[in-house]
Amino acid sequence: MNDRRVRFTLNGEPREVSVKPNDLLLNVIRDDEKLTGTKYGCGIGECGACTVHIDGRPVLACLELAVAAEGREIVTIEGLAGNGGALDPLQEAFLDNGAVQCGFCTPGMIMMGRALLDETPEPSEAEVRDYLRGTLCRCTGYASIVQSVIDAGAKEAAAD
Amino acid sequence: MYMATNTHILVPEFDYRRPGSLSEVLALAAEHGDRARLIAGGTDLLVQMKMERDAPSLVISLAGIEELRGIASGDGLTIGAMTTIRDVAGSATVRRQYAALHEACQAFSTVQIMVMGTLGGNLCNASPAADTAPALLVLDARVDLVTGEGGRSVALGDFFTGPGRTVLAGGEVMQSVTLPEPGAGTGSAFLKISRVVADIAQVCAAVRLVRDGDTITDCRIALGSVAPTPLRIGRAEASLTGGNGGLEAFERAARIAAEEIRPISDVRATAAYRRHAAGVIVRDALTTAWRRAGEGGGK
Repeated sequence: MNDRRVRFTLNGEPREVSVKPNDLLLNVIRDDEKLTGTKYGCGIGECGACTVHIDGRPVLACLELAVAAEGREIVTIEGLAGNGGALDPLQEAFLDNGAVQCGFCTPGMIMMGRALLDETPEPSEAEVRDYLRGTLCRCTGYASIVQSVIDAGAKEAAAD
Repeated sequence: MYMATNTHILVPEFDYRRPGSLSEVLALAAEHGDRARLIAGGTDLLVQMKMERDAPSLVISLAGIEELRGIASGDGLTIGAMTTIRDVAGSATVRRQYAALHEACQAFSTVQIMVMGTLGGNLCNASPAADTAPALLVLDARVDLVTGEGGRSVALGDFFTGPGRTVLAGGEVMQSVTLPEPGAGTGSAFLKISRVVADIAQVCAAVRLVRDGDTITDCRIALGSVAPTPLRIGRAEASLTGGNGGLEAFERAARIAAEEIRPISDVRATAAYRRHAAGVIVRDALTTAWRRAGEGGGK
């Protein structure tokens, strides 16, 4: 099982890393790239804590082989803030609504919420709840999380 | 079960290849046979490998094979095996013409799994609970299987042989799923019961009716999570075909379906619950499909 070089873009930066075929993308992001915002929750695709964007689509980094990231564009929670550290409107909405309790699900929730807003500006509450159905909050603070996505959608629409 | 397993890393070691053409995939698959596994979305295979229930020496990625992706209409519909569940769910053609498949893909697990998982992967994994299987069974789907030697078309009803088992031979690859054009007066529907919406089905059902006025001229009923394989219920279909549609007939067919299934009790539901719920969702799916069939056009 030989190491191989894999090249991808991580939060806008070109990266080249050496991985084994059984290395998971999640562990490369957390352990090699030291970006620990993306969480390891269940490891079997049920909790959504490890959600990142690959080529703009929300996927589970715990079920993605690192070798498969060749040529892909990966964005993690650390990559959402703009130049100079300005937070994404969805991150602002989480702060405004106090939508963070223990915080473990927050990166996955924000990556899913961002993916939804990119697909469906101004989603309804039902659309938000449906889209977030695979991201679990064991503090059960869903109401303020859902409200944050709705608020960010409304704010972005008003800014357009 | 999960506590005994380390899902943080992938323990088994394997070689990884990502061919750029289907012929390369077929050559590798033929050379390595049962020691190789194909990876599509990876949402089933990698979990099995983390649990150390599967330990292939070679993992062959299908991600580089563009011809396995996409939905093409013509005489019916051809869906590439690597088309994601999310893309099937989002297809306007599928929503208009094959409502049962649209609903099965919409009800599928979580958005992340829909984005990663593929139609071919869901079928080849051959879970008795696979959401797309009952829908495709009632739509008379066929699957196109290919090796370096040539291809064959298999009716989906002949594809599953047991939990996790199919007629796929070593080195054989699923290329696409084909659906016949729905005739006039067709209506279909899919319903699923699960503990929470993102969960695997406790029981799911798909139906398709062809309607001529008040008469049912053709009918399909299939269920998932109720037997070792997704199951067509021929006796319930026969009870409807040629007769008039309506709640009484649908309740009779639903009772037959509930009798014919062979559910087990497991962590998700008891056999008795599955039997009861199967009857309810078959009745409701028949009612919905009947209404859709009356609205004209193929659905």
